[in-house]
Amino acid sequence: MAVAAPGLAAKVVIDGTAEGRIFRLAAPISFWGGIDPETGRVIDARHPDRGRSIAGRIVCLPGMIGSSSASAVMLELLRVGLAPAALVFGETDAILALGVVVGRELGYPAIPVLELPPAAQAALPQGALARVRAGGVIELA
Amino acid sequence: MAEAARILGAERLIPIASAHIDGCLYHGDSGTEFAEKLVQGSGRVAVPATLNVGALDLLHPKRVHAGRHRYEMALRMMRAYEALGCRPTWTCAPYQAGHRPKLGEQVAWGESNAVAFVNSVLGARSNRYGDFLDIAAAIAGKAPLAGLHLAENRRARIVLDASQLSPALLESDAFYPVLGALLGREAGSTVAAIVGLPKGVSEDRLKALGAAAASTGAVGLFHVVGTTPEAPTLRAALGGMPPERTLRLTAEMIRAARDSLSTAGGERIDAVALGSPHFSLQEFAELERLAAGRRFRLPLYVCSGRGVLKSLEEEGRLAALERQGVIAVADTCVVVTPILPEGGGVLMTNSGKFAHYTPGNTGWQVVYGSLADCVATAASGRLERDELLWQ
Repeated sequence: MAVAAPGLAAKVVIDGTAEGRIFRLAAPISFWGGIDPETGRVIDARHPDRGRSIAGRIVCLPGMIGSSSASAVMLELLRVGLAPAALVFGETDAILALGVVVGRELGYPAIPVLELPPAAQAALPQGALARVRAGGVIELA
Repeated sequence: MAEAARILGAERLIPIASAHIDGCLYHGDSGTEFAEKLVQGSGRVAVPATLNVGALDLLHPKRVHAGRHRYEMALRMMRAYEALGCRPTWTCAPYQAGHRPKLGEQVAWGESNAVAFVNSVLGARSNRYGDFLDIAAAIAGKAPLAGLHLAENRRARIVLDASQLSPALLESDAFYPVLGALLGREAGSTVAAIVGLPKGVSEDRLKALGAAAASTGAVGLFHVVGTTPEAPTLRAALGGMPPERTLRLTAEMIRAARDSLSTAGGERIDAVALGSPHFSLQEFAELERLAAGRRFRLPLYVCSGRGVLKSLEEEGRLAALERQGVIAVADTCVVVTPILPEGGGVLMTNSGKFAHYTPGNTGWQVVYGSLADCVATAASGRLERDELLWQ
């Protein structure tokens, strides 16, 4: 019988389950002007992860900057099916989380939103397949 | 609203005096669906609410290159927000269109530059509201008591000291967006106090500073000691506590921050854009002074609110600028919707916010310069930049 790998316990902002590969962004980002809602890719020309897609990933965010339209970009990503599998904030950003809340109200697919300090996020290997369980536990698959 | 209050950890909601709504900018059909759902539910704002830019220039319909679907959905969205009772100001500088909350007043504002301005320059109290929560707060007339609504979260924790920089630099408009870009990167969402600036920094300079800081960082409030209302002294700005960190600004730091605002080298410039945040009457007066007797070879876009453009028009000044080659953009701007010619190029701007968002949003490269540099470049057709200021 396999011993379950210990999971990382994150604080739940919006509960839910998810599965996807870990994508730790290398720098803070503004979703508006930073993520293209039509492709799910990083478009901020000065961002180290430019060109990479957040769609279907468990996206770890070291910090949020910039526009108050981030919630609208998040909502549109949910509508078109290019949203991350889950969001893991270093420090919760109410603007971005609200896009998920409104998505739920409009009947779009919901995703879990968690908070985990940046130092703890570093324990999640870039690109590793992981699961988010209800209650905020992140496990490597 | 209740869900947002829970996420923010707010114990209760408080009444607000006004709102500024950023949610009227089209990013896809979901936003239109949300706004129309509020209209169908007989939503109506309970407090005075101004509207931020939309994705269309309603005064110059051909200015924006939008396909039919995008045009119709963006228009429906703008009309939905009007139907909710918001004032169709269509500007990211509502504080220069008569919407000026009083010192200490609780408000709910969206649009990152407007949040920074209303908190820092007017001393009203707003969190950084995002799309959807801004209109929810306006309809409820209430907002979650958290963050910058609370006095204890408004004191500065870090200090930026500009006293070692040259007086010529501190007296130039071009310095303030650069300072803002640096502030945003250094502070993130932490409240900072800036010391060493001349007393009584103008509103347009503070507007440019805040817009850049809210682009490169998550700055919702900054204090300029000797200028902004909650910072008569450094001690007052810090709330009597010692700062967690003091950063002494050097000419090298300022040059590095200035360089970070440009993504293109070389002499080629294809267009010039001014007015992020939207150009004020004072800024138009400065443009007229610098542009006197010139005709522009390059497209020179100036983005502004319809209120400011109307004043200019009535005095015949807008027509004069247009004869010189100025392209006025109302209700929107060149980085939020397709206005720049397709195919890309190099854009010059005096705005830290345009400089930050242009490459990602438009595919154009960008070069930062002063207003005088921008005017000279638009007239000659190739890059003109006064480097002396930055030595």
